[in-house]
Amino acid sequence: MRVQLTKLAHARSGDKGDTANVGLIALRDDAYPILVREVTADRVKQHFRGIVHGTVERFELPNLGALNFLLHESLGGGGTLSLMTDAQGKTFSTGLLRMEIEVSDEEARKLELN
Amino acid sequence: MTKEKIRIASGQGFWGDLPDAPVRQVEGGPIDYLMLDYLAEVTMSIMQKQKARDPNAGYARDFIPLMKRILPACVERNIKVTANAGGVNVRGCANALIEVARELGLAGKLRIGIVTGDDIMSRIDELLARGIELRNMDNGEPLSTVRDSIQSANVYLGAAPMVEALRQGARIVITGRATDTGLTLAPLIHEFSWASDDWNRLAAGTIAGHIIECGAQASGGNCQYEWRSIPDLANVGFPIVEAAPDGTFVITKHEGTGGRVNIPSIKEQLVYEMGDPHEYITPDVVADFTTIHLQDDGRDRVRVFGIKGHPATRFLKVSISYSAGYKAVGTLVYAWPDAYEKAQAADKILRARLERLGLRFDHILTEFVGANATHGPLAGEPRSDAPEVQLRFGVRGQDRAAIERFTKEIAPLILTGPPAVTGFAGGRPKVEEIVAYWPALIPKEEIKPEVKVLDA
Repeated sequence: MRVQLTKLAHARSGDKGDTANVGLIALRDDAYPILVREVTADRVKQHFRGIVHGTVERFELPNLGALNFLLHESLGGGGTLSLMTDAQGKTFSTGLLRMEIEVSDEEARKLELN
Repeated sequence: MTKEKIRIASGQGFWGDLPDAPVRQVEGGPIDYLMLDYLAEVTMSIMQKQKARDPNAGYARDFIPLMKRILPACVERNIKVTANAGGVNVRGCANALIEVARELGLAGKLRIGIVTGDDIMSRIDELLARGIELRNMDNGEPLSTVRDSIQSANVYLGAAPMVEALRQGARIVITGRATDTGLTLAPLIHEFSWASDDWNRLAAGTIAGHIIECGAQASGGNCQYEWRSIPDLANVGFPIVEAAPDGTFVITKHEGTGGRVNIPSIKEQLVYEMGDPHEYITPDVVADFTTIHLQDDGRDRVRVFGIKGHPATRFLKVSISYSAGYKAVGTLVYAWPDAYEKAQAADKILRARLERLGLRFDHILTEFVGANATHGPLAGEPRSDAPEVQLRFGVRGQDRAAIERFTKEIAPLILTGPPAVTGFAGGRPKVEEIVAYWPALIPKEEIKPEVKVLDA
């Protein structure tokens, strides 16, 4: 079944120059492997098409049940150069949580998503 | 004798944070240190300008009235302060503080440590001439491309010079550009006598600093996890590190304050502004965020342990600011019905008028607030029955006159564009000078921090 990431994760985002970072954190430990499988750098790049103009890098933090994404060329030049409302990328967190991913019926049952 | 526990309280997450937060940290319960972070990346250039106008200015002025309020309590309860409030005039900041201390009758009871040597503005040409290119870390460009526009250049100093000031008996340590994390790490190195190559403990102190450097963002502020149930944010408690000599620590906050410290709130802050988690690079150490372990330690307490670090790099980061043109942003609000359609029509009209005027900009950005300003196409097609939509129109360029001219084109849209429009009470948009940020690296041996301890 298709599930929106808001059901599986919370997130916080910020900026470094023209790069936004999004930390995606599993709400439960057993949701983390699903995030690792489904929320790949490619899928995140695809999700943010028209917003992220550069590459997307992904780092794994199994100790925190979290993934960290770097979204390059996303902030209209970044910092004071940017004309964007969200020049600091602070709302990219919930932007990522809009993503829908595929979970098996068994996983959905275990995660009490039904 | 080494203390068993040190409590370091965060008092400001940025320059402009809740003014009473440091006071509440001092008065709300036991702490040993108060750390205050004042410097954002562009703050130094603002201070550089202030100092050019007035040689006594150029530091975080809010720091002085704040210290006036808390200094007697700090002296009485032996609370020490680390603050990067000195900006580009550390000595001026210290002089103002000494004056306040004397007014309060604390003359002779207070030693103030000052750390300088971060300002390399006057050395830029000499460094470039010797082949130190100070290339932009983000895009690789050499500094010579913006040489004539540079407004400030400061190295991020680490914990070591602050430790030296504490060792010489400073109660208040004032720095210029210093890392946020160093403000927390320095007291731990000093109190627990950590060695300069004890990488795991230095990494632990650095991560403690990272967790509290954004103030209440670690204790319930801006926290997505169960945000509705976070209690009493009106009375939010700022975070406190309770550290042990072995490098483990607990994040907590004062009893009776609002907000929440739990594992999710700490995780959210840990990933904030994170790059490669294996390599969180500071002047003091390279910390590995993939080694952090968190454990629930009771209500509003999270234990942090297991942290590993690696040797520091040979470089320091330089924060250079340079003048990069001008910008202005104007807004108008369109009301139901067809608010989004009207805002779109106004955008087209405005672009056509700017075109006809022959104004050229490096960048034009239109956003529709209420429809897609934050999430762009992810937000889907805007609702046709939206109660209102704000048109937000920004331009950026090198020619100030063109930007000025643009600012005169917003208000006329009210009488010459689509109907049901309002929201222009603030007058013409302001033209802002853009001071941009140029991050670079410099070999450590080029920088000699200086430490002085003054008696109030």
